[in-house]
Amino acid sequence: MSDDKQRLAGELQRHGITRRAFMKFCTSVASAMALSPAMATQMADRLAAIQRQSVIWLSFQECTGCTESITRSHKPSLENLIFDFVSLDYHHTLQAASGHAAEEAREAAMKAHGGKYILLVDGSIPIKDGGVYSTIAGMTNLDMLEHMAKDAAAIVAIGSCAAFGGLPAAAPNPTGAVPVSDIVHDKPIINIPGCPPIPVVMTGVLAHVLTFGIPELDGMGRPKAFYGDTIHDRCYRRPYYDRGLFAKSFDDEGARKGWCLYELGCKGPITHNACATVKWNNGTSFPIQSGHGCIGCSEPDFWDAGGFYKALSTGSANPGSWAAASLAVGAAAGLASGFLNKGAKAEAERKHQAITVDDMRGKSDE
Amino acid sequence: MNEIELLNWARGPGLTYATIIMVVGLTLRVFEILMLGRPHEYAETRSSGVEDGIKMVFKRSLPEPRNWKRITASYIFHVGILIVLLFFIPHTQLFRDVFGWFWNGWPNYIIDFFTVLSIAAMLYTLVQRFTDPARRILSHMSDYLAWLVTFLPLVTGYMAFHRLGGDYTTMLAVHILSVELLMVALPFSKLTHTVTFVMSRWYTGSNLGRRGIKS
Repeated sequence: MSDDKQRLAGELQRHGITRRAFMKFCTSVASAMALSPAMATQMADRLAAIQRQSVIWLSFQECTGCTESITRSHKPSLENLIFDFVSLDYHHTLQAASGHAAEEAREAAMKAHGGKYILLVDGSIPIKDGGVYSTIAGMTNLDMLEHMAKDAAAIVAIGSCAAFGGLPAAAPNPTGAVPVSDIVHDKPIINIPGCPPIPVVMTGVLAHVLTFGIPELDGMGRPKAFYGDTIHDRCYRRPYYDRGLFAKSFDDEGARKGWCLYELGCKGPITHNACATVKWNNGTSFPIQSGHGCIGCSEPDFWDAGGFYKALSTGSANPGSWAAASLAVGAAAGLASGFLNKGAKAEAERKHQAITVDDMRGKSDE
Repeated sequence: MNEIELLNWARGPGLTYATIIMVVGLTLRVFEILMLGRPHEYAETRSSGVEDGIKMVFKRSLPEPRNWKRITASYIFHVGILIVLLFFIPHTQLFRDVFGWFWNGWPNYIIDFFTVLSIAAMLYTLVQRFTDPARRILSHMSDYLAWLVTFLPLVTGYMAFHRLGGDYTTMLAVHILSVELLMVALPFSKLTHTVTFVMSRWYTGSNLGRRGIKS
């Protein structure tokens, strides 16, 4: 068996992908990740030369939306091919095997590629009551993650649930759901949040990991290349925000004219993601372009931030609801304090004794 | 705690706590002051004092010729802060959310202009406090703190809007927290004048009027 078959270059040739098309892909990934143009060539060379990389994908408390996202390209793309090329040794949804065979494949891959495989995780991990709320083949998610993370080279937390807890961790978090980073502390973790993440962001980060290793991450473990800017920073409606032109409802004149959706609850200003530049469905559109504000799905706790349709500058709990009670309490306390003061004053007046010159003289005589 | 958690706390529990402390505190202070009543008048009063009281409320708002620079600066930042507070569009959203109704905001460049103007005016009043010997003696830590908690929301708001000082999320959280600090400080400092200035002026004016002193 020639080595070429095991390398990406050979795989691409077999699929009829020209070097030119491959270079275009590498250039776009490199530019999306803000790497220098020279890095595109390097990325192409390294990608072409890489061995099949063992990838184990664990799905915990999730909705399969992340898998849907990564597999739903409208045409067979290079991103797909590269994803096909990695040796996806275990993935509930995509693998043919099931039951014991599937679990054996996971164990086998772990043994064969110990210390070298990349662990992809989507979904959060329930830890309440010993983690009984989600099990696979009788094994809790918690046990499986700890077991599989032991020999992983790196962990990629795909989607907001794996990265930050996501929907399962939203208040009141009945299963005690936590992100991967709460459980694994001794391995590099790359967070690719989003509900779901953008396909090219997932494949771009994987390409980077395969060629140059772990990309530069921000304070929340997100690759800076894709999560460095906010939606608002790159939004084509930004000029309307700057000019103070806002849609007031979803079907008013402002909405039809494409004005800023801030007042309708857009969370773009605090949401770090690449939707405004990379867009969705092969660069067709993104939520704001279709007239809906950003819900901030790639940020932690976005479910509990007070509502998707409340402007960012408003309180997440209405402080006004406390105002009437506060007024009453303040007034009662003020009245009570006032009466105490009056009482103290009256007491002082009652105790006040006038001193006459005779009194003073009498005292000094003693 | 990451920046989003900080922001969520500031927009959620933080804002609620600050509102409760501010409303309870201010109501308490106003009731306490009202219940103090007037001292006993030993002399016969010259007038009811109502007219003089009302006059004083407005008269004290008129600029005086002495030290016109400081007074102008003081005017600018009072008016500026009110404009920024009441007419910046994201602020109007907050008021609309709380009261169910509010007026429309003004374009950002106007708000920006008044923010810069207010910051400059406040800095000028601080310099005055330091450099003018009389004012320096009269100024205590509480005065500087009152200045600081008023100044912080302006500066942090400006920085957040212009994406200065790093991450916007953090800056927005810091801005909201600085406003909450101001809200908490309102009842417990001389900043209570935001709600008591009318009644305290009326009291002074009417007292003078009752004693027959020209106010």
